[in-house]
Amino acid sequence: MNTIIFRTISPLLVSLMLLFSVFITLRGHNEPGGGFIGGLIAASAWALYGLSHGVPTVRRALRFHPMEIAGFGLFLAAATGILSLLFARNFMTGLWAFPQILGVEVALSTPMFFDIGVYFVVMGSMASIALSLEEREGGV
Amino acid sequence: MAASSDSPAVDLAAAMITTPASLQDWLVILPLIVPLTAGAILVMIRHSTHWHRPVAGLALAALFLLDLLLLRRVLTEGPVVMMMGSWLPPFGIAFTADLLGTTLATVSAFVALVATATAPPSINTAERRYGFYPFLMLLMTGVTGAFLTGDLFNLYVWFEVLLISSFGLLVLGSEKSQIDGTVKYGLLNLVATTLFLVATGLLYGALGTLNMADIAIKARAAGPDVPLGALAALFMLAFATKAAAFPVNFWLPASYHTPTATVSALFAGLLTKVGVYALLKTLVLLLGPSSAYLGTLLAFVAGATMLAGALGALASSDFRRMLGWLVVSGIGNMLVGAALVTGGALTGSIFYAVHSMLVMSALYLASGVVEARAATADLRKLGGFYAASPLFSLVVLALLFAVAGLPPFSGFWPKAILVDAAFAAGAPWLGAAVLVSGFLITLAVGRAWLYIFWRGGPEGTPDGTVALAGVRSFESNAQAVALIGPVVVLAVAVAVIGLLPAGLGAIAEGAASGLLDPAGFTARVLGVTP
Repeated sequence: MNTIIFRTISPLLVSLMLLFSVFITLRGHNEPGGGFIGGLIAASAWALYGLSHGVPTVRRALRFHPMEIAGFGLFLAAATGILSLLFARNFMTGLWAFPQILGVEVALSTPMFFDIGVYFVVMGSMASIALSLEEREGGV
Repeated sequence: MAASSDSPAVDLAAAMITTPASLQDWLVILPLIVPLTAGAILVMIRHSTHWHRPVAGLALAALFLLDLLLLRRVLTEGPVVMMMGSWLPPFGIAFTADLLGTTLATVSAFVALVATATAPPSINTAERRYGFYPFLMLLMTGVTGAFLTGDLFNLYVWFEVLLISSFGLLVLGSEKSQIDGTVKYGLLNLVATTLFLVATGLLYGALGTLNMADIAIKARAAGPDVPLGALAALFMLAFATKAAAFPVNFWLPASYHTPTATVSALFAGLLTKVGVYALLKTLVLLLGPSSAYLGTLLAFVAGATMLAGALGALASSDFRRMLGWLVVSGIGNMLVGAALVTGGALTGSIFYAVHSMLVMSALYLASGVVEARAATADLRKLGGFYAASPLFSLVVLALLFAVAGLPPFSGFWPKAILVDAAFAAGAPWLGAAVLVSGFLITLAVGRAWLYIFWRGGPEGTPDGTVALAGVRSFESNAQAVALIGPVVVLAVAVAVIGLLPAGLGAIAEGAASGLLDPAGFTARVLGVTP
C-alpha cells in the first residue's frame, strides 16, 4: 500500500470523500442518503487515510478519539429529541425553523440535527474499529 | 428539504397528535432519556475517568426516582402512553408504561443503583478506562427501553442495545475465561435475537403492524390462514433462550461467573428478567389465544428448568457457578405464569421476578465479598467465614433462605402463590416441581453455606478447629463498607418484602390482570378495544 501514487492521491480522495459524506448526509432528508451512509463514507475516508499515511496521522487529524466523536453524535441525537420538551411536544417531534440567511431561506429542523448525530455515531464507531484494525496490522 | 413557502396545505391532525405534551406525559420517556444522555456524555469524556462515577451515580439516582414517579402514576391511572414524534398510533412508535414493565424497570434501577453506588473496588481503574460506566448506562438504557416500549420492533432494538452493552461489560477484564464465557453468551444470544427479529418480520408481514396494542387487536381478529401459532412458537424459543430456560439455558452458568461480581450481579438481576418479561408480554398479552396451545409445552419447560437449575446447583463446586444455576431455577418459576396463564400464576411469576432480581443480585455481590477475601470461589477451598465475620454470614444465610423459598423471606410468597395456582389450574405436578426444586435448592444452598461459612477452614480442616489462613481481612474499612453495603441493602429489601408482602403482592396482581386484559391495554393506547 506504500506506493507513491497512493500516498499522493489519497489526501485528495479523502477530502473529496469527506465533502461528499456531508453532501450525502444533508441530501438524506428527502432523497437517498442520510446520516448512516454519510457516516460510513466518512469512516472509509479516515480508513483510507490511515492506510496511506498511518494511523497516528489520522488520530492527529481527528483531534478527538473516534469513540468520543460517536458519543457526541449520540448526545446530539438525544438532544434534538429533548428539544421537543421546551416546545411542549412529544419526544422527538420534528421542529422546523426557516431563518433567512444572506437572503436565502434555510430549512433547519431537528430531524436534520438528529441525522447529523447519526453521522457522528456511525463515523466515530466505524472509524474507531477501522483504525484499531489498521493499528494492529502495523500500518505503514 | 421542505420549505415553508411551497409546502402544500396538509391536515397534520390526521397524522399527528397536535395537543401539547406536558412534563407529566414526558414521565414515560424520561427514564430512557436520562441513562441514554448520561451514557453519551460518558463516552464523550471517556478519558476523564474520575468523572464517570459521579455522573453515573447521579443518572442512576435520577432514573430510580423517575421510575418511582412513573410507577405511582401507573398505579393510579393505568398504562401511560406517549407517541414518539407525535405520530398517531399505530404508525408512530409508542411508549406504553404498564404496571408490569414499570415495576420491573423500577426494581432494575434500584438494583443497579445499589450495586454500583458504593463504587465497588472490583471496578478498578483499568476497567473504568475500558468503559464500565458508559456500558452500564447504555445497559440501563436498553433495559428501561425494553420494559417501557409498546412497539415490537422497538423492543428488538432495546434488546440489541442491552446485548451489545452486556458484551462490553462481560469482556471488561479481557481475561481468557471471560472471553470464553462471552463467546458462549454472545453466540446463543445473537441466535435468539435473530430468531426474535425473524419472528417480528413475519408477524409484521402477517398482521401489518408492530404496535403492541394493535397486534393484540389484529391477532385476535385474524383468520385461520394467519400462522400466529407458529409465530408464537418462534417468539417463545427466542425469549426462552434469552431467559435461559431449559433446554437452552446452558449459556448462563457458562458465562455469568466470569466477569467481576458487580457485573454478574447486574446481569443476574436484569437480563434474564427482560427475556421473561418479553415472553409474558408477547405470549399472553399480544398473542393470547393463538399461543394457548403452547401451554403444556411451556409447563414442561418450566418444570424442567426448575429441576435442571436445582440439580445444577447441587452439582456445582464453584460458588458463582452455583448462583448461575439458581438463576436458571428461578426462571423456571417465572415461566409457570406463562404456562398456566391464570391470574394467580401470573401474579406468582411477576412477584418471583421482582424477588429474583433483588436476591440474585445480592447473592452475586456476596460472592464478590467472598472472592475478595479468599481469592477463590471454589467451595472446596473456602471455609471459616463465620469465624471471620459472623454478621455477614448471617446476612448471606438469610439471602440463601430467600432463594430457597423459606419463610419469612421474599422467596416464600411467590412460591406459595405459584403452588396454589398450579393446583388450582389442574397441574398439581407443576406445583410439585416447584416444591421439589425448592427442596433441592435448600440442600444446595445449605451445603454451600456450610462449606463457605460454617466449617472451620478449607477441605481437610479437622472438625472443631478453625483455620483462618484462607480468609484475608479487608484492606480498609472503606473497602469493607463498599463491598458489604450493597449486599446488606438488598438483603433488607428481601426481608422487608418477606415480612410485608402485601404491597408487592397487590402490584403483581395488578400487573397480572393487566396482562390478561388486552382490551384495557388497547383502549389506553389506541382508544379502541378488540
